[in-house]
Amino acid sequence: MGALSIRNVFKRFGATEVLKGIDIEAQDGEFLILVGPSGCGKSTLLNMIAGLDTISSGDIAIGGRVVNDLSPKDRDIAMVFQSYALYPNMSVRNNISFGLKIRKVPRDKQDEIVARVAKTLQMEHLLERMPSQLSGGQRQRVAMGRALARDPALFLFDEPLSNLDAKLRVEMRTEIKLLHERLKATIVYVTHDQIEAMTLGDRIAVMKDGVVRQLATPQEVYDNPADLFVAGFIGSPSMNFIRCPVAQSEGRVGVQLREGGETFLFPAPAPVQKGLGAWVGKEVVLGIRPEQITDKTAFTGVNPDLVTRSAKVEVVQPTGPDTLILIHLNDTPVTCRIHPEANARPGQSMTLMFDLSKLVFFDPQTEARIG
Amino acid sequence: MAEPYRTQTVGPHLIGRVILYALLILLALYYVAPLLVMVTTSLKTLDEIRAGNLLTLPGVVTFEAWGKAWASACTGVDCGGLKGNFMNSMRFVVPAVVISTLTGAFNGYVLTMWRFKGSDVMFTLLLVGCFIPFQVVLLPMAQTLGWLGIANSTPGLIFVHVVYGLAFTTLFFRNFYVSIPADLTKAARIDGAGFFTIFWRIILPLSPPIIVVCVIWQFTQIWNDFLFGVVFSSGERQPITVALNNLVNTSTGVKEYNVDMAAAIIAALPTLFVYIVAGKYFLRGLTAGAVKG
Amino acid sequence: MNLPLASAQALERPRRSFADYLEIALPKIVLGPTLLCGLIFVYGFILWTGWLSFTESRLLPRYEFAGLVQYVTLFQNERWWTALTNLGIFGGLFIGVCLALGLLMAILLDQRIRAEGFLRAIYLYPMALSFIVTGTAWKWILNPGLGVQNLVRQWGFPDFTFDWIVTPGMSIYTVVIAGAWQSTGFVMALFLAGLRGVDDSIIKAAQVDGAGTVRIYTSIIIPSLRPVFFSALIILAHIAIKSFDLVMALTGGGPGFSSDLPATFMYTFAFNRNQIGLGAASAMMMLMTVVAIIVPMVYSETRRHRRG
Repeated sequence: MGALSIRNVFKRFGATEVLKGIDIEAQDGEFLILVGPSGCGKSTLLNMIAGLDTISSGDIAIGGRVVNDLSPKDRDIAMVFQSYALYPNMSVRNNISFGLKIRKVPRDKQDEIVARVAKTLQMEHLLERMPSQLSGGQRQRVAMGRALARDPALFLFDEPLSNLDAKLRVEMRTEIKLLHERLKATIVYVTHDQIEAMTLGDRIAVMKDGVVRQLATPQEVYDNPADLFVAGFIGSPSMNFIRCPVAQSEGRVGVQLREGGETFLFPAPAPVQKGLGAWVGKEVVLGIRPEQITDKTAFTGVNPDLVTRSAKVEVVQPTGPDTLILIHLNDTPVTCRIHPEANARPGQSMTLMFDLSKLVFFDPQTEARIG
Repeated sequence: MAEPYRTQTVGPHLIGRVILYALLILLALYYVAPLLVMVTTSLKTLDEIRAGNLLTLPGVVTFEAWGKAWASACTGVDCGGLKGNFMNSMRFVVPAVVISTLTGAFNGYVLTMWRFKGSDVMFTLLLVGCFIPFQVVLLPMAQTLGWLGIANSTPGLIFVHVVYGLAFTTLFFRNFYVSIPADLTKAARIDGAGFFTIFWRIILPLSPPIIVVCVIWQFTQIWNDFLFGVVFSSGERQPITVALNNLVNTSTGVKEYNVDMAAAIIAALPTLFVYIVAGKYFLRGLTAGAVKG
Repeated sequence: MNLPLASAQALERPRRSFADYLEIALPKIVLGPTLLCGLIFVYGFILWTGWLSFTESRLLPRYEFAGLVQYVTLFQNERWWTALTNLGIFGGLFIGVCLALGLLMAILLDQRIRAEGFLRAIYLYPMALSFIVTGTAWKWILNPGLGVQNLVRQWGFPDFTFDWIVTPGMSIYTVVIAGAWQSTGFVMALFLAGLRGVDDSIIKAAQVDGAGTVRIYTSIIIPSLRPVFFSALIILAHIAIKSFDLVMALTGGGPGFSSDLPATFMYTFAFNRNQIGLGAASAMMMLMTVVAIIVPMVYSETRRHRRG
């Protein structure tokens, strides 16, 4: 029995179906992320878990209780909003204790809880201030404090870091992760930022158009994406997609690639050989991440999965830690990640190393992964 | 580093500025003149009025006209001056303002934070009430007030002004509450606050700006109203605007222009006072009312 | 891949409490009375008046259907035609003067004037007055014997006449003067807010292009005030059609009925002359005028917004 159970949940607004059969189980203490582009339904789903939106059909259960008919205050949840939603006319202390006051928690217990929460979030010095006197990061902390004070079975976060600037976002991300580790709380976290999803989540649910495309650990989603959309959504810079014909050579199935004037075959990794075999003579979409195409290293020749080819460099973009270069395979632009010291020059040819063990293949029609 | 250029300020040159200020002052005079004329006329005696002209100042300042206007001028059948009618107006204006403002606040709250199916349509239908010429409701309302037994009474006037003020007050509050983030209500609901708690603890403390605007607008509209007053009341019960009109337009005997002017100023004092004290909120109310939902 | 679903155990399924149902109904309950008022006292009464306009009611209402007899009588009534003509004259001039003068005043005030707040307060204070007060004041000012005419004569122009207020053909224009005095400040306030809302960077771009102040105003700023124009137009049209207080105080509809407007016509016939049916018909005509003018205007403006 999990902390959160979403079973076959649908949401309809009039004739439009916004959520189509969502099934998610989250365990106690799990940090679950709902990630996807805007309009995918993640915020709607979160609102339905909170009780702020009705469920058209299906069940949502929290801590073993089906909560469909319960109002938000009876669901034992707490929520942190993107806009923080602090009560502007109340001090930080009163913001945190508002819910406790309504529940008629005795005054001294209220103070105790507020003190504990303030200590956890290191905002004891802010308690008497008003929200308008706080910075964005501080407001976010107060919002989290308000949620912590309730000690709920489930924490809900609705894109809490989207309103912060980039640097603050990274800091707060770390804080949230530390908090989760310390409290062992069950968290459902909505974001459109795939980096947040990857760094924070125990498991990620990648959503698009009202459907969960994949629910797995970050590493799993990264290495074995369920379909083209998930593969392209996770990872930055995103995965390269190249249409290529499937062929066989020396008993191994692979894809044909063309660079400049030359054609060559990349054999598929062993687990996929059988699945790809059915596609010989047809076209598939090859997926390979920029970080899997780098400059030559000492491992070439030792590891059979690492093959080298030379390619003409079109564009060079240094980012500091590495340099992104653009090449063309099968007339498709392909981004590669190489060391800055490799000294790539636009217009020049360069030897690149491809990690063939990480190749993934997709059905061009259904976009599902092959293999 | 080179000194930055000093660019020419865009705008008319000196002659232009002079003309500008001259025009503005002329316009200001055009606006202030009637009020000044009213005041000076009210302080003159009838002989002075006949002897001089609009702009002559009173030789001797007398408040005789004011005394008459307040206590002994004839407003139709009775000759008790405006003081009774002044009280009449106070008696129905204040409750009407309070009730319509309070109701408008709740309505605006519901329409922005507790939307339900059809609530937006209802709002649009309600807005229509801002636009109708009241002539189309006078006859049925006169009949209805009679049936309810409140014709020609203070409760009757309160009722009428509340009913037909609701469209405006709802509009004001709704347009104001629209800018309060909806997440605030959501957070409060999760915290366990109910419908009234959220209004009392969270929304109301944010409302003073719009409450002031609404109260000023309603007070001005209802105090200055004439149509409802003249149709739905008579004699002693009449509001001050109706009494003023009667006073000025009765043609028995000699026309006492100074009394007329004094009476007009008395009738205008409350709303003028509110304007002077809280004028900028008044302006906000006017421009807010012009912004359609 | 999803984890396998937990087997369908008998989970606790709490039901909604009565308090919850009440909470859900509360918003509707709160809005209810207002809606009821709107339904009955606005829409219902309009229908009622409409019905009355189709009857032969005189002193007391009668409810037998009598066809369009009142409307026929209405449009055969010379006084009604005067009222309609007056509405056209008054409405057109009132709206025109208010818009033009209001725009001018707003532009003048926009020039970074020293005492802007003070001047603005002066231009706007007439809005705080009742139309009765305004009418009374202007009635005095326009008094032929003792008002402006007298004043100018005393200044040395013995033949100066300004007795419009007692001249049948001209009395309606005095209503324009008084009305414009009262309402121009409001239009000015609207335009001023609109002027202030114009994007600074567009003006700077025009200055860089070499446009002079007048050019900037005519080609950029004034066209961008179109939505404000519409708001002001709708409100002014509304005031014009409803004008009753001002006429009653200023001219009483006279001399005779030469400065009558539909609103005063309706009042006179419905409540003084005991012709309820005719009064109702005139009221319905007023309503239809408002609808005929405002609805297309609002419609075309929102259409423009959708397309734009």
